[in-house]
Amino acid sequence: MNVNTYIPLFVILSSFVPALIIFRLPQKRHTLRTFLNLFGIFMTLFFVLWMFIGVYHNQEYLFRLPLLPNLDFSLKAGALALFFTGLSSILWFITTIYAIGYLEGSAHSSRFFGFFSLCITATIGVALSANLITFLIFYEILTLSAYPLIIHRGTEESRIAGNKYLFYTIAGGALLLLGVVWLYVLTETLEFTPKGFVYTIVQEHHFASMMIFTLFIAGFGVKAALFPLHGWLPLAMVAPAPVSALLHAVAVVKAGAFGIIRVVYEVYGIEIVTLLHLMTPLAVIASITIIYGSLRALFQDNLKRRLAFSTVSQVSYIILGVAIAGPVAAMGGIVHLVHQGVMKITLFMGAGNFAETLGVHYISQMNGIGKRMPLTMVAFSIGALGMIGIPPIAGFITKWYLGFGALDSGEEWVLFILAGSSLLNAAYFLPILYRAWFLSPPQSWPDEQIFSKTETKLSLLLPPLITAFFSLIFGLFVATPWSPLSWVQLIIEREFY
Amino acid sequence: MIEVFLILLPFFGGILSFIIPKFNKVIGLGTFVLTLFFVFGLGLQLLDKGSYYHFIGGWDAPLGINLYVDGLSLVMLGLTSVMGLSLSIYAKKYFICKQSLWFWTIWLFMIAGLNALFLSQDIFNFYVTLELIGLSSVALTALSDTKEALTGAMRYLLITLLGSLFYLLGVALLYHGFGSVDIVILSKKIESIPVAWAALGLMSIGLLLKSALFPFHFWLPLAHSSAPAPISAILSAVIIKASLYIQLRLWSSLFIPLGADLYFEVLFAFFGSLAVIWGSIKALVQTRLKMLIAYSTVAQVGYLFIAFSLALGGISIAWSALVYLILSHALAKSAMFLVAGNLLHFHGHDRIIDLDRIAQRLPLSTTAFALAGVSIIGLPLSGGFIGKWFLLEASITKSNWVITCTILLGGLLATGYVFKVLGFTFTKTAFSQETKNISLSMELIPLSLAIMAIALGFFATPLFSLMEIGNPFFIIRVQP
Repeated sequence: MNVNTYIPLFVILSSFVPALIIFRLPQKRHTLRTFLNLFGIFMTLFFVLWMFIGVYHNQEYLFRLPLLPNLDFSLKAGALALFFTGLSSILWFITTIYAIGYLEGSAHSSRFFGFFSLCITATIGVALSANLITFLIFYEILTLSAYPLIIHRGTEESRIAGNKYLFYTIAGGALLLLGVVWLYVLTETLEFTPKGFVYTIVQEHHFASMMIFTLFIAGFGVKAALFPLHGWLPLAMVAPAPVSALLHAVAVVKAGAFGIIRVVYEVYGIEIVTLLHLMTPLAVIASITIIYGSLRALFQDNLKRRLAFSTVSQVSYIILGVAIAGPVAAMGGIVHLVHQGVMKITLFMGAGNFAETLGVHYISQMNGIGKRMPLTMVAFSIGALGMIGIPPIAGFITKWYLGFGALDSGEEWVLFILAGSSLLNAAYFLPILYRAWFLSPPQSWPDEQIFSKTETKLSLLLPPLITAFFSLIFGLFVATPWSPLSWVQLIIEREFY
Repeated sequence: MIEVFLILLPFFGGILSFIIPKFNKVIGLGTFVLTLFFVFGLGLQLLDKGSYYHFIGGWDAPLGINLYVDGLSLVMLGLTSVMGLSLSIYAKKYFICKQSLWFWTIWLFMIAGLNALFLSQDIFNFYVTLELIGLSSVALTALSDTKEALTGAMRYLLITLLGSLFYLLGVALLYHGFGSVDIVILSKKIESIPVAWAALGLMSIGLLLKSALFPFHFWLPLAHSSAPAPISAILSAVIIKASLYIQLRLWSSLFIPLGADLYFEVLFAFFGSLAVIWGSIKALVQTRLKMLIAYSTVAQVGYLFIAFSLALGGISIAWSALVYLILSHALAKSAMFLVAGNLLHFHGHDRIIDLDRIAQRLPLSTTAFALAGVSIIGLPLSGGFIGKWFLLEASITKSNWVITCTILLGGLLATGYVFKVLGFTFTKTAFSQETKNISLSMELIPLSLAIMAIALGFFATPLFSLMEIGNPFFIIRVQP
């Protein structure tokens, strides 16, 4: 009996159990609720750190439970799994602080924080899954537990947005289920293996392998907001800001992107996907999504909607990196899981601050907002510049490696996509920055709240500053051994190539 | 001996609760606790000895009556007793004094009939138990004292009598042709002659009527939706499965050798798929909660027959799918009906768009509905998911893409109707509604049933090994 076997399970439980208790807490128990939340987070962070050190030293963490005959429920902490787990748990911590500031005191907090923790449980479960069926289970739990958060406000608008979200994601889930069962019938295994396991059937079932891959991409593409399956994401912005920040910018869409990474590298394997001539179509779809998302973002006046379309575009960098099919590009793509995460969460928390403190929801209302809320706006600007790809912020690293990788694999056309999208990013972010810093503020803000010491509540102010700081140092200290990029290097060496 | 007690205990419990109405609740609940206990003992015995026959009074067939216990009957008995106990606890608070006078007696008779059915090994006994179950469920449906309920009960009565009559004709033909009603003896004697085919046709019509396979589903929505909540629950959960169970037994031991399986494979697949689509669409457009749930049953019966069809086609995993779907549907659907009963009591109506913030005001009931919905849709990880997984595996193995697509489409439509309800539990209505209090046990029972439906997802492996005792699907397994 080895304690290491159970650590992946403990990670899951340390967010799941607090979630269950929080559901039953009465509305008034602020302190206990906060304590439970933080307790769960610290347990999670502790176990994740433990596993990080262990995996670095080649320790194995594998938990198994028989689910069906021949199929296990299994969790495994490999390098890639931990990368996503680490991202989710750290950002969970920051967002929870933010959410406490944002929502505590408003109605139904127990329900909110319960489902919030449940979403994190599901995301971490997605990250740690060691086979497709476990992945599918957590993936669907994530779908479901995000639903009450979208309709949290209980308005007719949010109900409709929630329905649309479900329609997309459940349909995607159905395609995925079909793909998984089909694959299982053919291969009789679903275990993620480095370099894939589909090669055993690809000779005999050429067409089926292609179909299954397409089903997987379509299924994951819904959550990863690939064009034309992205329609739910901008609508889901009716949810409270912390939800948009963590779930729609990080957890849910990343779960889709992460699924595509798993399928390409550890179910099919790069060689088989290339052999089936499916890499280029995937790269093309990703490129179309990058450009399309940016174009749509350009015409949104609602700040959160603009950010949402920007997410649509940015998440596809990850998929593009995977689809270019070279180690360097893959590095750029996978590291973007973290880079996009910290930058986008900064932007969303900034937008939340503007809405909560000043009642500003539209870009046209943002004139001179940098003078009223300088710290928030600094964080927002770092995020925005990072998205455009200005060195030394994290986003630059991604684009650098993507570009290099593309040249490496002889796919020069990708450079045009990168250049075009950077240009578009600049076109929709720079006007915001210009308005905020250089125009003069209006006589009065739509719905201003005054805080005597700082520009807004401290719990709302600190989280975006921290994530902005992360976006900076991830770019600045990219060559240090503990930077995200170095860890990605480890992933690529150990698991992919 | 335990198996005899399983029949006698609820029977005498029923009589006793009629004689001493003052203690009917205690008698009823006590009976169910004992029954559950006995089923547990039966399970232990089965694990120890394997499947076995019991000759009542020491007389073997054809003179005496045989009871037979194997994994399948154990699973069904277990389901009946779990449902029986939890619905009784619910009903204790649900029924007012006058109704409760009749309820316990008829209810216990019905359970006696169900237990006897799952233990029978004899086509005439199947008929007797079917009648007992049918008549008592009609009486229970009529218990709710509204005009709708009486219409529903009347229709139900006619259908159930018609169904039993068809079945009885088939029994008579088989008895005439082969001189026995015992399944084991019949299976040795039966051969492909016209009388056997006629019996097969008549019995199938009768039983399909009772299990409400599309297009014979027309009586179901009204009967199931107008009955009192616990009765709706047992009707959807166990009663319609009883006639399916008889078909399972008949096919696996009598009809496969006739060579009719090919026709029925196509027939079941076709009508099963239609039922899934039609039932789900009808559920989606309902404005009343109980009607929606009742139409969802129509769709779920379709899944059962799709599984049946795949199993007849020789895919052994489809049997597991069938049994799993039966169990998870029973638990989830009864949870849904009980939640509907709670809401009906709470608001005095069950209009879906006026659910008015149930998510905050009755969180336990809403959770129960959501969890049950997860299992009905077949999302992981729940009993419904395991059933659907096996069903998909079977249909893909058979390369039957029409059925595969139907299964997936049915899941999407089910998401539609489940979340249609859940969406409105968050919103607020423009007008204020008077509400009544609901006792905690009425909220906890559906929640625990729904949790059981979810938990089924975790215990697939042990349940399968339990089900396989005595190899209930033996004959079909040896087919190529």
